[in-house]
Amino acid sequence: MAVQEPALPLGGVAPDRTGKYRTDHLMVAEMIPAGSKVLDVGCGDGELLQLLESRGIDGRGIELSREGVNRCVAKGLAVVQGDADTDLVNYPDDAFDYVILSQTLQATRQPKPVLENLLRIGRRAIVSFPNFGFWKMRLQLLVGGHMPRTENLPATWYDTPNIHFCTIKDFVQLCDEINVKMERAVALDLYGRPVPLNLPWWVWNMFGEQGVFLLSRGGAGK
Amino acid sequence: MTNVHSISSPSILNEDRAHEADHPTSPVATFGMDQPLRLDCGIDLAPFQIAYQTYGELNADRSNAILICHALTLDQHVANLHPLTGKAGWWEIMVGPGRPLDTDRYFIICSNVIGGCMGSTGPASTDPATGKAWGLDFPVITIPDMVRAQAMLLDRLGIETLFCVIGGSMGGMQVLQWTAAYPERVFSALPVACSTRHSAQNIAFHELGRQAVMADPDWHHGRYFERSTHPHRGLAVARMAGHITYLSDAALHRKFGRRMQDRELPTFSFDADFQVESYLRYQGSSFVERFDANSYLYLTRAMDYFDIAADHSGVLAQAFLGIKTRFCVVSFTSDWLFPTSESRALVHALNASSARVSFAEIETDRGHDAFLLDVPEFFDISRAFLESAGKARGLSNGAGG
Repeated sequence: MAVQEPALPLGGVAPDRTGKYRTDHLMVAEMIPAGSKVLDVGCGDGELLQLLESRGIDGRGIELSREGVNRCVAKGLAVVQGDADTDLVNYPDDAFDYVILSQTLQATRQPKPVLENLLRIGRRAIVSFPNFGFWKMRLQLLVGGHMPRTENLPATWYDTPNIHFCTIKDFVQLCDEINVKMERAVALDLYGRPVPLNLPWWVWNMFGEQGVFLLSRGGAGK
Repeated sequence: MTNVHSISSPSILNEDRAHEADHPTSPVATFGMDQPLRLDCGIDLAPFQIAYQTYGELNADRSNAILICHALTLDQHVANLHPLTGKAGWWEIMVGPGRPLDTDRYFIICSNVIGGCMGSTGPASTDPATGKAWGLDFPVITIPDMVRAQAMLLDRLGIETLFCVIGGSMGGMQVLQWTAAYPERVFSALPVACSTRHSAQNIAFHELGRQAVMADPDWHHGRYFERSTHPHRGLAVARMAGHITYLSDAALHRKFGRRMQDRELPTFSFDADFQVESYLRYQGSSFVERFDANSYLYLTRAMDYFDIAADHSGVLAQAFLGIKTRFCVVSFTSDWLFPTSESRALVHALNASSARVSFAEIETDRGHDAFLLDVPEFFDISRAFLESAGKARGLSNGAGG
């Protein structure tokens, strides 16, 4: 299947230099207009939700770890303990404007149904994930001969919660397969800077340390 | 001689408890014949009274009121000495200046539920028609009845909207009923260790307790006041059974293990050889001092009947549709009376009805009773939830600074 290039690549996002928020979080926040109702699936300790709330976005969260949930509630965030793989089916259609899956896709047991559920519950979905096609990853496997580990993904292969790694290319293919439209896409390099947009697609897949995608329902005429 | 009746007779007399039931030491709101309480069983109860306590001060725009809903065997004496036992209030750890329910910021109200025995009209109160205690002539009440009575109390106190309704166990059921029945009157809700319906297992435990009360020869079909008796042994057994369900195996083991009470070897009798037996007998004995046996029957029944979904064609989410109230649901890992799975079902329903809900499961081995104990994680979450709700409500500066 041919990998199609995203129609509307993200542009003009100024990375935050204050260091208060992660660049990928800022990038996600830039994609969401104030007043939207948002569900953050796998919201961790609520850093992104706090950023969203500070921008007038009505945020909710689901988090698997009890510690994460308790920290979120302590911050006054509306977060419930739950599992993306099993709990999303209970959410009604169109319950949210945006559903976010930030750095969590690779930890789900069933990425495909999870992605489908995201776009059923929300009118749009924003998905970010570490790119396994990143050159450092490739190098570790190719030269080192071991499963890649990075600063952001420090766990060893046997104790990592991440079970479904993919590359940007793989993800684009999955979106194509389940008829998901990519509205915006951006790759961030090792330093959290957007990879220049005029570069060809394979460069993203090689030099993007992670990908951030804004998705909506319905791809090309299916 | 084996001491099989080691549950001591109460030292607080029937007369003391009867007096507290009719003329409580706390404030009372009385409702005359013109303001009946419409009960689910179809009866209009009038006249009736609700006894309550308040702590802190109501602010100028009346926006800082928190209603505490008490659990089955508790009462309105949240943060003051109990008039019968002289013991500290049951939630002093939670309520007071600087505590999570900060009396410097919030106006705290707790009423004795209708059907209770600490000053609200219940089976221990005097029936004005006969001049005797109501006993089993008192109509069967429900959780919605309790909440309806509380709403009338709040009308009387001039409070339209509650900043928060909070409570654990039976109190949590009232919190949920409040949000389902009066969503526009509840800004935020903190249901703890509870469920939207009483499970079959819990009904079974309650039936065990009721049967223990009714099997006591001193019960006299509920007319024990006239005989100057009180089925204290049956009630103590009911309390002992209940108390076991409030704890956990791990907590009992940590506290008592299989240790002996004041002895090295078993006595080969039915004495309280084990510390855990002695503890339970003490729990039973001290409970009957302050509680009325008939009230126990009525309140357990109210919990048994509770099922929010049933009142909304079996669809739980329907009960909370379009609700604006902010929720924080809390459960405890070792609570087997109201296990986390039941809180989770509630949270799913709230999510499906698009309510703003947080949910935290707190890890503790202390069982259902954890909400009454020193569990810092629970305090932190309650405090943080109230603070963020307070910000949304414009309460950030508080009533008293």
